[in-house]
Amino acid sequence: MGEVLKFHFDVDGENFSSAGEASVVVKKKLRQLGFSPDIMRRVSIAMYEGEINMVIHADGGTADVTVDDNEITIVLKDRGPGIPDVSLAMQEGYSTACDNIRSLGFGAGMGLPNMKKYTDFMQIDSEVGVGTTVTMKIKLN
Amino acid sequence: MKICEIQKLLNATLLCGEEALEHDVFSACCSDMMSDVLAYVKDQGVLITGLINPQVIRTASMMDMVCVVFVRSKAPTEEMIELAEACGIVLMKSDMRAYEACGHLYTSGLRGNAGKIHG
Repeated sequence: MGEVLKFHFDVDGENFSSAGEASVVVKKKLRQLGFSPDIMRRVSIAMYEGEINMVIHADGGTADVTVDDNEITIVLKDRGPGIPDVSLAMQEGYSTACDNIRSLGFGAGMGLPNMKKYTDFMQIDSEVGVGTTVTMKIKLN
Repeated sequence: MKICEIQKLLNATLLCGEEALEHDVFSACCSDMMSDVLAYVKDQGVLITGLINPQVIRTASMMDMVCVVFVRSKAPTEEMIELAEACGIVLMKSDMRAYEACGHLYTSGLRGNAGKIHG
């Protein structure tokens, strides 16, 4: 490939129905670029979970995806309430989502652990009252 | 199992994706929690659910599923049908309850990957 590809998306926090649109676009782009189904699936699931989190918890944010020869990097940034205890949030089944979100099929406390599971690297930088940035990388080799 | 056999077994109404009815699927899962589908499902071609919102279609698409069956007489919205068409996913709806629908498919040979949890 040689060149570095960058994609930027604004994630609308007002509309639950449209959550995940950026992940759909990224999956399509990766398919056009000829990536394997496994890579496409891992990237799109990790990003989709992140997008859903941003809509549920943080009133939206931005998503930036960078593709180079070695890895795909996803950076999800929001100005939401922040995560007071990241290690607690990483526990499977822990969720602060309200019942309304559960009735929509999400908020089982699997999002962050799932994002970690599908990626080779994940870092959460969060400050209460300021926002959260999640950086994920998927290696290509 | 061919997708058209699923339609027959569940006495389901096809909503979109007629061109894929002859495609084979090898396993299925059933859930109303998309969080769990994203976390535990692997290589399942069919999702059986009673949940109605566009994220059902997006979740199925992310998981490379090819068919979604809505049970308990739940009907997807026009927006969901359009989304499924764009993703190449077959949609159908059945009056059966989820347990009954799963039972029919399971006993006819469509399994769920031996109950393994891919944690």
